[in-house]
Amino acid sequence: MAVTGLLGTKVGMTQVWDEDNRVVPVTVVEIGPNVVTQVRTPETDGYSAVQLGYGAIDPRKVTKPMAGHFGKAGVTPRRHVIEIRTEDATEVTPGDEFDVSLFEAGSEVDVTGITKGKGYSGVMKRHGFHGQRASHGAHKVHRAPGSIGACATPGRVFKGMKMAGRGGGQRQTTLNLAVERVDTENNVLLIKGAVPGNNGSVVFVRKAKKGGEGSQA
Amino acid sequence: MRKLDFIDDASIRADIPDFAPGDTVKVHVRVVEGSRERVQVFQGAVLGRQGEGVRETFTVRKISFGTGVERTFPVHSPIIEKIEVVTRGDVRRAKLYYLRDRRGKAAKIKEKRV
Repeated sequence: MAVTGLLGTKVGMTQVWDEDNRVVPVTVVEIGPNVVTQVRTPETDGYSAVQLGYGAIDPRKVTKPMAGHFGKAGVTPRRHVIEIRTEDATEVTPGDEFDVSLFEAGSEVDVTGITKGKGYSGVMKRHGFHGQRASHGAHKVHRAPGSIGACATPGRVFKGMKMAGRGGGQRQTTLNLAVERVDTENNVLLIKGAVPGNNGSVVFVRKAKKGGEGSQA
Repeated sequence: MRKLDFIDDASIRADIPDFAPGDTVKVHVRVVEGSRERVQVFQGAVLGRQGEGVRETFTVRKISFGTGVERTFPVHSPIIEKIEVVTRGDVRRAKLYYLRDRRGKAAKIKEKRV
């Protein structure tokens, strides 16, 4: 299996009932056609990979170099391009299309996305610090980080100390989410639980890498 | 949440009658015991409805052996076999949480005159 993951769009969250009549919170991810734009082989590139394109784009917005790249593969230009490393990429050719049927209900997937931006936030929201006590003499330090280092030795704050700042908006992969349903009619995947990112953002869904049923390992 | 209607429409039930806070309802609940399934009736006053669309829920309160028992059901849950409206209540609020502090005659809901 050369292609193990696809690009999609997070539509939003809702709930469905499973066969035992329990409520299951699901994230709806729309996975339109992903088209192969390039196949990397050890002979030409030194490694094996499959490059996928996803999403519509105004042809006027495509740069000449990218237009040439898509033209070489014989496909219309796509908005997003991603490369998936694989052991053997010989079974796919540029122009091949993959859709939501790559995944099956009951299996597990990993979802990568850009988390929601949180703006300038304190250490509790940004790093999950516990803050300080609400009473017992605490004064104006309820959400403060506490000590950020020692005294004359080292006489400075170490680099990388977790402090307040711009939070969220980072790439994040959530592992081993269960696929509740695969809807080939609407090209959507119903994934149990939450997925990183805003509604409408692009996410990468791949078969679970670690553990779980249907994993690659 | 209109854009997810194509998924929610499959779960939404059309056979749920109209009922409002203050109504007395009989909720026929499917109970699975091992391999057997039977129907249990939960009868009481509707305290309120919460949420909208597929995730809407309602709370029913009844007095069981002198103790107040409340149960919250999703309106569109498949475990509900049917909902029967016994009486329509005449109330002025959307959420009847004040009933929790009342006992006996004080907790009575006036019936709506038609």
